[in-house]
Amino acid sequence: MVDPVAASRLQFALTTIVHIVFPVVSMGLAPFLVYFTYKDLWGSDPVYGRLRRFWTKLFAVSFVAGTVTGLVLEFEFGTNWAAFSAFAGQLFGGPLAVEGMMAFFLEATFLGVFLFGRERVGRVGYFAATLLVAIGSWLSATWILDANSWMQTPQGYALVQRNGHQVVQLVDPVAAYLNPRFPWMFVHMQNAAVLSVALAIAGFAAFRIRRGTTDDTFWKTALKVAVVALLITAPLQVIQGDGYARHVYTSQPHKFAAMEAVYNTESYVPEYIFAFPTTPDGFLNPRTKDLFGLGIPGGASWLASGGNAHATIRGLDSFPEEPPPVALVFWSFRLMVALGFWFVLLAFWAGYRWRTGELYEDDLLHRALMVSAVLGFAAVETGWIVTEVGRQPWVIQGVMKTQNAVSSSLSAGEATFTLAGFVVGYAALLAIYVYVVYRIVQHGPPDETDGRGEGAAVGEAGAATTDGGER
Amino acid sequence: MSYFGPDATPLFGLPLADIWFVAVLAFLATFLFLDGFDFGVGVLYASRTDPERETMLAAIGPFWDGNEVWLVVFGGALFAAFPPVYAALFSRHYVLLFGVLFALALRGLAPELRGEFDDPRWRQGWDTAFIVGSAAAPFLLGAFAANWALGLSGFGVPAFAVGVAVVLLCVTEGAAFLALKSRGRLREEGRRLAVRGAISYLVWVVISLGYLYAFVPASRPTLTSSGGIVVVVLTALLALGTAGAALRAHDYVTLASAGSLSYLLVALVGLLLWPSVEPASGLSVEAAFVPPLMANLMTVAAVVLVPVIVFNLAVLYRVFGGPIEADAAY
Repeated sequence: MVDPVAASRLQFALTTIVHIVFPVVSMGLAPFLVYFTYKDLWGSDPVYGRLRRFWTKLFAVSFVAGTVTGLVLEFEFGTNWAAFSAFAGQLFGGPLAVEGMMAFFLEATFLGVFLFGRERVGRVGYFAATLLVAIGSWLSATWILDANSWMQTPQGYALVQRNGHQVVQLVDPVAAYLNPRFPWMFVHMQNAAVLSVALAIAGFAAFRIRRGTTDDTFWKTALKVAVVALLITAPLQVIQGDGYARHVYTSQPHKFAAMEAVYNTESYVPEYIFAFPTTPDGFLNPRTKDLFGLGIPGGASWLASGGNAHATIRGLDSFPEEPPPVALVFWSFRLMVALGFWFVLLAFWAGYRWRTGELYEDDLLHRALMVSAVLGFAAVETGWIVTEVGRQPWVIQGVMKTQNAVSSSLSAGEATFTLAGFVVGYAALLAIYVYVVYRIVQHGPPDETDGRGEGAAVGEAGAATTDGGER
Repeated sequence: MSYFGPDATPLFGLPLADIWFVAVLAFLATFLFLDGFDFGVGVLYASRTDPERETMLAAIGPFWDGNEVWLVVFGGALFAAFPPVYAALFSRHYVLLFGVLFALALRGLAPELRGEFDDPRWRQGWDTAFIVGSAAAPFLLGAFAANWALGLSGFGVPAFAVGVAVVLLCVTEGAAFLALKSRGRLREEGRRLAVRGAISYLVWVVISLGYLYAFVPASRPTLTSSGGIVVVVLTALLALGTAGAALRAHDYVTLASAGSLSYLLVALVGLLLWPSVEPASGLSVEAAFVPPLMANLMTVAAVVLVPVIVFNLAVLYRVFGGPIEADAAY
């Protein structure tokens, strides 16, 4: 039996880590689908119709998986985090309700038209449905990130007594729902979603181009579109991430100290671009001052302050609360940053090859893209680990600790039972999802011959059962 | 700014707590109506074989995701409007609600996954998962509603009785939906099953209410109140009306009256709760409701958004109106 608090933490971590994959795919695919749909409906190149229909399959599977795993998270606030919900629900519940009413509904209703309705509505109607699905998926993120960012930088509330309990009461909606973290988080997350999907598209395309597919135009167009997206999103992510880190330094200093593994308050703190643990203890208990690696003297101070290498970073030992699990935060942050820079390199590499006319010939580039197909997701996961583990022990920064947020009625038996269920069920779900995505990519795009004929539905239903193999 | 400042008073002096109590229940009822026919189709799926199964999946394909959002909205609205209730109710029904989530996951994933692998066992496995998920979700939600209304927990007779009632209701709705959306033999079957479903539902409800009256004293004042009697009489009339409409092949009327039954069932839950919103912890609607500022914001959001939702759904159902063609796939 796992203690209910520990089980709830693990379960929420697991259910979030798995869930986030699916919205990243759907939010990240959304702008691509809008573009493909636009080019399909008003352009003359038939390849865009096939691109639209191909990536729509992936969107559909991801959306369904996102729905069923997202509902779990909403319910968990009640089932596992009842103390949190009773305490902060007056402020926190609103964004969740509005997310359902505004965003999810938009997405889910127009998804029906988007998936099944091409031959039932006109061009404008179909494009509108596609656009609304895309907007819906981003609006969803807006409200969820709004609720999350309030927990990181809470404001606009008062603590009051209600029914004999102390609770959070909303007093200033503008301050609460436009809290300082929100814009940083929103841009970072949405850009990360597009970047991750661009990497996946580029990786799949490189995989098919290397294998020498007969269906050249499809994958080459996909690769080009992905490279354009990479060239925009990869540098933006790094530049914006730099500002985000400075914002964390001022708004959540203990999280920043954990990200940099600074225990004693110091100035002129080095930034380790590459850090190598020389002992197991160095891995499990990283301390910036003791690390072996390539450290830029004063680098962390420089980054935190925006240019002052002598800036002071407050150490973890100076905070009254216990530190978060430093090793997890420290290494996750490093991995995320390293991946971010790798994506920039990859984007410029591909862009350069495109200019020299060798985008389809550089085998090493193709291998690099293939390897990186899922690394965007790794960066998203490590980024969220920094955000969520780094704020521990707080569930609401400086207001409520996670250990006090769990349902009081929850028994160890119940919590262990569902945790075990999720471990098994989500492992199966992920395995099936990866398999389905692999199959969709293996299967390749819909046949060129069924072109843009908008008996497309008939064509594809047929295609699904007949052309089961390689071409 | 007196409505949206720190010392806000309720919008236009409206009884917002009561309005949101009704709204939250209305969201739940709408879920039981709209996703209810998806569940019903899923249960009836058990009695069909392959070409018809494809048609059944195609019939609910464009809708079920939008329909399931009503559950998200119900949860979100309950959380936002009555946070202590959301906390107490959901944590008390821990295993039951994870059962609902599991059932919904099976139901949602199965149609997507059954065709992904060309192996009869794989397909059969997901077909079974689809049927089990479609039956378990309404059953467990019914049990949840019964426990909520009566302040119980665990799995007693009332939970079982209402669980079965909700499954029967969903089957009736699903049969009515099939009658509306399919052709030929499946349409005839839909009408026939809608008749049987409506009658079985009525019989089961009468037995269940009899049990409640006899063995759950807390339910007696509600059941003998004028509101309770009106709801029960209307349920009987509409169940008979559903059966009658199905016999006469008025498919829209069948579906509408079957759907109305879910509003009546939830109305009964509301009457049993009132004036509390969570009998188990004794929280009254007033005491559990959020303070005026948040209430005003939520009300404005709902007044703007609910019509948009209804409009969206109207567009969706219009685009996919009429009997389904068997070739609908993306």
